[in-house]
Amino acid sequence: MKLPPYAALLGVAAERAEDGSPVIVMPFGEDVLGRPGFLQGGAISGLLEVAAIAALRHALENEGGAEPSPRIKPINATVDFMRGGRDHDTRAIGIVTRLGNRVANVEALAWQDDRTRPIAAARMNYLIEREG
Amino acid sequence: MDYDPSTMPVAAIADHRFGGHSGRLGIRFHARGEGWIELALPWRADMVGDEETGVLASGPIIATMDVATSLAVWNRTGAFAPHATLDLRIDYLRPARPHATVIGRAECLRVARSIAFTRGIAHDGDPADPIAHVAATFMVPSGTYPRTATGTAS
Repeated sequence: MKLPPYAALLGVAAERAEDGSPVIVMPFGEDVLGRPGFLQGGAISGLLEVAAIAALRHALENEGGAEPSPRIKPINATVDFMRGGRDHDTRAIGIVTRLGNRVANVEALAWQDDRTRPIAAARMNYLIEREG
Repeated sequence: MDYDPSTMPVAAIADHRFGGHSGRLGIRFHARGEGWIELALPWRADMVGDEETGVLASGPIIATMDVATSLAVWNRTGAFAPHATLDLRIDYLRPARPHATVIGRAECLRVARSIAFTRGIAHDGDPADPIAHVAATFMVPSGTYPRTATGTAS
């Protein structure tokens, strides 16, 4: 899976879950630090966005058909910060709740040690521009 | 937010060199006045989200607005208080122009006992033609925000 330059800045890498869906991993470090000892909210938001877009690209691939692949443009995002991000790897997944013809609704979840204790969650709407 | 609130007076914001993620993105102070504050995010190739167009990824813009709205709270109370972003909502009104510096302007709407409400816009030269609109709330995890003469909450 090809990630944008910004993903390299965040230091994230893509893994695959058992079902083949993407899981994005972000190591802790100075480049994603906010107040001492904690992840910056913007870095967490960036991770959630990368995970949401990766999930959406994965869903579009599974849908098959269109070549070239549709362009994805962010419309908006709402991020809830639930717990401070500490000195651990952070993982994030996106869940495409609806893949329409023009708009996709995507949720994203970020956690550290325990997936049932998320550090942040987001809802995003994306515009999908299909050829022709 | 990447301040150590205990060691910095609010007036020092203008001279602050951002570290951590903000420093990595190149966020810097731009201007401030009564009730508002602006940060600048110069364009850089490694913050691009779409290599075909050179448009910035949304993450650096969220990060800038998170810091700007956070500073807007402290700019209003006149003192730093450790707080955390509770939630942040962003509308991407249009893509940022490649190579243009993004300005994040934020204002604090109200500081209640333990919650602060903010809003802001990001633009790339013309505040009347914003690239994003943001609403963010903050909370102090323990205790309360400092009270000020400008009508903070009871």
